[in-house]
Amino acid sequence: MAFLELKNVGKHFGTTEVLRDIDLSIEQGEFVAIVGFSGSGKTTLISLIAGLLQPDEGTITLNDLEISAPGPDRGIVFQNYSLLPWLTAFENVLLAVEQAFPNWSAAKKRQHTEKYLALVNLSPARDRKPGELSGGMKQRVAVARALALEPQILLLDEPLSALDALTRATLQEEISRIREETRKTVVLITNDPDEGIYLADRIIPLTAGPGATLGPSFRVDIPHPRDRKSINHHAQFKTMRRGIGDFLLGSRREHHQFATRKLILPQIEPEDLSLPRPMGRRRPVRPKEIQRELIELE
Amino acid sequence: MSDFLELFNLTKVYATPSGPTVIVKDFNLRIKRGEFVCLIGHSGCGKSTVLSMIAGLNELSGGGMILAGRELVGPGPDRGVVFQSPCLLPWLTAFENVMLGVDQVFHPAPKPERRQIAEYYLSVVGLAHAMHKKPAELSQGMRQRVGIARAFALSPRMLLLDEPFGMLDSLTRMELQQVLIELWRRDQKTALMVTHDVDEALFLSDRIVMMTNGPEAEVGAILEVNFPRPRERGAVLEHPDYYKLREYLIDFLEVRAHKKNLVTHHPPVEPRPAAAASVLVNSN
Repeated sequence: MAFLELKNVGKHFGTTEVLRDIDLSIEQGEFVAIVGFSGSGKTTLISLIAGLLQPDEGTITLNDLEISAPGPDRGIVFQNYSLLPWLTAFENVLLAVEQAFPNWSAAKKRQHTEKYLALVNLSPARDRKPGELSGGMKQRVAVARALALEPQILLLDEPLSALDALTRATLQEEISRIREETRKTVVLITNDPDEGIYLADRIIPLTAGPGATLGPSFRVDIPHPRDRKSINHHAQFKTMRRGIGDFLLGSRREHHQFATRKLILPQIEPEDLSLPRPMGRRRPVRPKEIQRELIELE
Repeated sequence: MSDFLELFNLTKVYATPSGPTVIVKDFNLRIKRGEFVCLIGHSGCGKSTVLSMIAGLNELSGGGMILAGRELVGPGPDRGVVFQSPCLLPWLTAFENVMLGVDQVFHPAPKPERRQIAEYYLSVVGLAHAMHKKPAELSQGMRQRVGIARAFALSPRMLLLDEPFGMLDSLTRMELQQVLIELWRRDQKTALMVTHDVDEALFLSDRIVMMTNGPEAEVGAILEVNFPRPRERGAVLEHPDYYKLREYLIDFLEVRAHKKNLVTHHPPVEPRPAAAASVLVNSN
């Protein structure tokens, strides 16, 4: 039995089928990236694993126990950080620690909190409130909070999508390092195939919705830690970039309605709006009517 | 072939409390008719400044521009601009947003023909079923499709694209790149696009112009991209030169980024830019 197992999971909202026939098994210590379009149901899928939503069909088990509600065995990082704005970075993490380990002494809770803020390199900013932190730093707080629960599995729901390209690259490196240090099981949701290839052991595309389901797994055998530049020479990197993109773009095309329709594009020259409009109604200029003046030179 | 767009010593100087800052300095570029050129560089290097000067939305501090044999002064519908955010009027439908410009540029044409133009371009970008929806009912990617249709519908002499896919997720971006390249091929438009996405630049362009970091940004190097056309994403990725060129571009960006970091870590070295700027300002 796999560590995290989804069997034949389906979910619909009202009459809209969002997810169908989701089968997924993840081994302990594995880093899996699920890649798909915005709006295809990626967040629904991770909410099901988190226990924030209940599946309409199928079962989800973690360590052989069925998931029916949220719990501290699963740490989640959301795209929008979800920090409490009136608490400092330290207090945000401490709040989670107090919930997860109520029997610990105050000193131990504080020490535990410090440890995880240090892991994400945020100790210097521990007393700042979310409003005083950059997007990247806020996301570090959220990662520290999720890890401080000492969860069995870490669920990352597009954690880097709201960040600019440079911050995103830095945080990808951090996630890769933290993962090497903690050897946690991780499920990452992303819309960026390159992010998946850089971080994960296995990439699974989620087809375009409605009625999204998982596609074939792409295993990434490139050893960690991965170097963004030398990865370019890796044959697997090249085939995978093409394969994942082709699969997802193809799944989207299947949803497009093809209606053959005759389109007419009138051939009219655009007017020069910098010239004053001639008085009265004028006919449009058509390209075939454009007269080219011929000047004869001696 | 003759040059269609000529940028000659384009310069932009902004006045700041600590004296004038040269953002772009002596930027020279020639683009042929029908060519697709990408400007690539880091955020803040001045690439959008160059584009907005060509669009006529930003005044020149020095230099000149010629498009199809005429000097460019101020904005006009002969340059179709696609912005990073599609800038649609929220109270108008996608169709009405496109018609706004079409009614102006084709004012002597009868109404049914103007409607046909808007319908044609909205359909070609894949919005045949959604053209009468308002922007709020459209996804981010669909709104940007409207932005592309609006630019093409005016039959501009050239297209200026300012990171048009920068706000989209990477998969939607791939889809829209395909939409753009097909329209471009159909209409044979000359295009200049600003981007910082290396894959995007390689997929679309005939030439990639790499800009050095600002202040005083200029053309650092130019890369010719000779993948056969028409291009299809998978085939371009399979091209034996693709990853060589990709690495070359990433390398260029990383080296420049490094230089930039050095500058920002020790900021107030003596203001050489300001000195250069004052010379320029005086010469104006």
